[in-house]
Amino acid sequence: MDQFLQHLLNAVMLGGTYALLGIGLTLIFGIMRVVNFAHGELYAFGAYTVYLVAAALGLNFFLGLVVAVIAGALLGALIEILLLRPMRSADIDTVMLVMIGAWIVMQNTELLLWGGVAKAIITPFPDAPLVIGPVSISWLRLFVLAAALLLIGASYVLIHRTKLGKAMRATFQDADTAALMGVNIKGIFTATFAIGSGLAAAAGALLGPVFLVTPTMGDLAALKAFAIVILGGLGNISGATIGGFILAFVEEIGAGYISSGYRDAMGFLIIIVVLLFRPTGLFARAERVG
Amino acid sequence: MKRALPAFWLIILLTIPLWLQDQYILHILITTGIFIIAAMSLNLLLGYTGQLSLGHVAFFGIGAYASALTTLGFDVEVFGFRVVHQPWPAIVGLFVGMVAAGISGYVIGRLSFKVRGAYFVIVTISFAEVTRLIALNWVELTQGPLALTNIPPYTLAFPGLGDYTLWNKTAYYYLVVAVGLVAYLVIARLVGSRIGRAMIALKENETLAGSVGIDVTRYLVLAAVVSAAMAGGAGSLYAHYLKIIDPDIFLFIYTVTMVIMVITGGKGTLAGPIVGGIIFGFLPVILRPFAAPAVQWILYGGLMIAIVFVLPQGIVPALERSIANWASSTRKPARAMAAGNTESRGGP
Amino acid sequence: MMPARAASEDVALSIEHVAVNFGGLVALSDLNFTVCNGEIVGLIGPNGAGKTTAFNVFTGFLKPTAGEVRYRKTLLNGLKPHEIAGLGLVRTFQRTSIFANNTVFENVLIGLHRRGRSSLWDTLLALPREKVAEGELADNAREILRLVGLERRAAEVAGTLPYGEQRLLGIALALAAQPSMLLLDEPVSGMNPSETAKVMALVEAIRASGVTILLVEHDMPMVMQVSDRIVVLNYGRIIAEGPPAAIQKNPDVIRAYLGEGKKRA
Repeated sequence: MDQFLQHLLNAVMLGGTYALLGIGLTLIFGIMRVVNFAHGELYAFGAYTVYLVAAALGLNFFLGLVVAVIAGALLGALIEILLLRPMRSADIDTVMLVMIGAWIVMQNTELLLWGGVAKAIITPFPDAPLVIGPVSISWLRLFVLAAALLLIGASYVLIHRTKLGKAMRATFQDADTAALMGVNIKGIFTATFAIGSGLAAAAGALLGPVFLVTPTMGDLAALKAFAIVILGGLGNISGATIGGFILAFVEEIGAGYISSGYRDAMGFLIIIVVLLFRPTGLFARAERVG
Repeated sequence: MKRALPAFWLIILLTIPLWLQDQYILHILITTGIFIIAAMSLNLLLGYTGQLSLGHVAFFGIGAYASALTTLGFDVEVFGFRVVHQPWPAIVGLFVGMVAAGISGYVIGRLSFKVRGAYFVIVTISFAEVTRLIALNWVELTQGPLALTNIPPYTLAFPGLGDYTLWNKTAYYYLVVAVGLVAYLVIARLVGSRIGRAMIALKENETLAGSVGIDVTRYLVLAAVVSAAMAGGAGSLYAHYLKIIDPDIFLFIYTVTMVIMVITGGKGTLAGPIVGGIIFGFLPVILRPFAAPAVQWILYGGLMIAIVFVLPQGIVPALERSIANWASSTRKPARAMAAGNTESRGGP
Repeated sequence: MMPARAASEDVALSIEHVAVNFGGLVALSDLNFTVCNGEIVGLIGPNGAGKTTAFNVFTGFLKPTAGEVRYRKTLLNGLKPHEIAGLGLVRTFQRTSIFANNTVFENVLIGLHRRGRSSLWDTLLALPREKVAEGELADNAREILRLVGLERRAAEVAGTLPYGEQRLLGIALALAAQPSMLLLDEPVSGMNPSETAKVMALVEAIRASGVTILLVEHDMPMVMQVSDRIVVLNYGRIIAEGPPAAIQKNPDVIRAYLGEGKKRA
């Protein structure tokens, strides 16, 4: 039972960061219909930025986190303007290939800059974990969970309580009508990609110190993000949040009780099973009937 | 002139080992040739049938592993039953590899084609990754990361002439050329036929295709099966050439390599995968003295983006168009007269 | 005046109590009518009346919330598009009605898919019967192009054709699939008078060859001239049914078109 509680606790922390990854991608995928292969690279970028600021330059860790999120958002905006905007009228296959190209370039740039050796990020938190009864949780992980929940809450507020969020929701429903209503679609797309990338970078920035930072860390992250989006339904933030926790839970329990080697397969199996039996996701409302 | 061209290239291909001294270049030709076969198979599914399947390496790898395991033999326990297989001749492995890959193509195809578009892409990637993780973790069967080694080369039996075992590169080169030729002919025949037309119709307009009586699922799955079997054959060639394979063969990066070959060469054209394959097979060789692998990949990524932006149809169609333009410009006077005649055709 | 009940062997398409609801919106309610073999029936109604929805239900592209659509006694509900075509019921499309990147000739060849019988092995082994079969299909294709008047465009890429000819090609495609009943989706929309006349002549020629026709149209003179019988839809219900002359004088119909100037575009 103790083991189960520990797994549960780990899952909750992991789930929070997975949720950030998922929310970012569901916004991009949902509003822009772009299969964003570069999403995982923004995740890695976030981690490497924290490494740069906190470890390499020796500056404040929390500053590193903030810089990572902002830099991630800016990089996302740049990618959108340079690569995606000219491709607006192209078909989905072509856009996907451009994003694959971006993924290759970004990952290998990271490999070139930092080398393939895993990097560790030292954090200002005490090493000794906090022990509550039968379970222990490290201060770092507690902080990560808190930060993730904060960002999830901020995303929710952004989408549901701000003008920008309203415009994004309108674009998700029907881009043409939104444009007729005066929404600046170009700007919304850039903003969406920037926000989504910022969230991915945040997830990477938070998990980088927990695990290690490697150039290929984004690959699995990207696929897991897709699993979460599919679980929760396109464009559905609460679905992505719940999906993130479900995936983390399935991974932890699967790794703990079935087999740790197949841990990463859980995400893929979820994708396959959900897509084949409920293609609209577990929580999606039915799309508008054409 | 146009008809003579393929024959010309064929003769060049066949005579290469006679004058090429460099064994390393021959090695590159062989591996490039194998990847071109895989790229051609992907082109059938991606270029002609229009399905962006990004899990193609799964079929390549399944073919490789099935072929290797057939020839090496195995002894595993599955759900409490002991399954033992004695080694079979390597050449049988080629066919087992194709059949195993074809069956996977059927299963994965039937399941994946329940969805379309971006979801289809994600499902295909997921299947490939699951396959990789199985190869990595089912150590009893696949040796996991320790790899399957000592895979024997093919032995061809010529009745009356005795056996011939393909030990050296030259022999293997001709085998790859032969298989490549067969693969090319299969695809060429297929896309020019009624079946091929149905597949192309699915790429163009699935709804319209269904409304004139084309069974959408049936032809999508057929494309997947043929494509997979061919990739599996290429995988077997790869395994028996390198004589060692490990789960890295299932890495997504190999699918990306095949996709880059098809897209830059020209999807939906017969020559596209070949041109793309040659470029991306030899680019690493050319760049090796100047650039580290990471830099090379940055160049490939950049090149792919550039081609998608500038030549979205790929190199071969662009070449065909410029050749056609050049041909028509040299025949301009006669053409202008012909155009004048057709212009006066009346009626709305 | 209700038409007399047709003998059941004569009935091609039968629509019984068909209703379609989208969430709370009632698009069609309790539709009942039949199309008999050899007839040309025109379906008309003001914008937003439910014609497109009805058409999609009749062609198997939309599942009705209630009711049954039968073609020659076979229930269409739940059949896949290619199975419906296999019954002999083929439709055209208003938009994206052709394979734009293929030539006109290739388009018709694709449409002829159902007539071919060659298997994968015939193709791969280049068996002689494959060549014979392909030759027959090519002959069929040329004949269909002659019928619709596009034989001189055979080698051109379909997407480069002027709009009117693209629609003609769409009809050629449907004809290639050997229909016993053809459902035409606004066949003359966007066409000029001489193009429209061509289509009208084609429709008559098709009916003369034994094909039943149901068409949806906005062009009043065209549909009145071509149809044996008109069915009028408004607000998802049939408000009138009968020969063109009677429909043109029907007060309910007139009111539906003139009196309903509401928001739906």
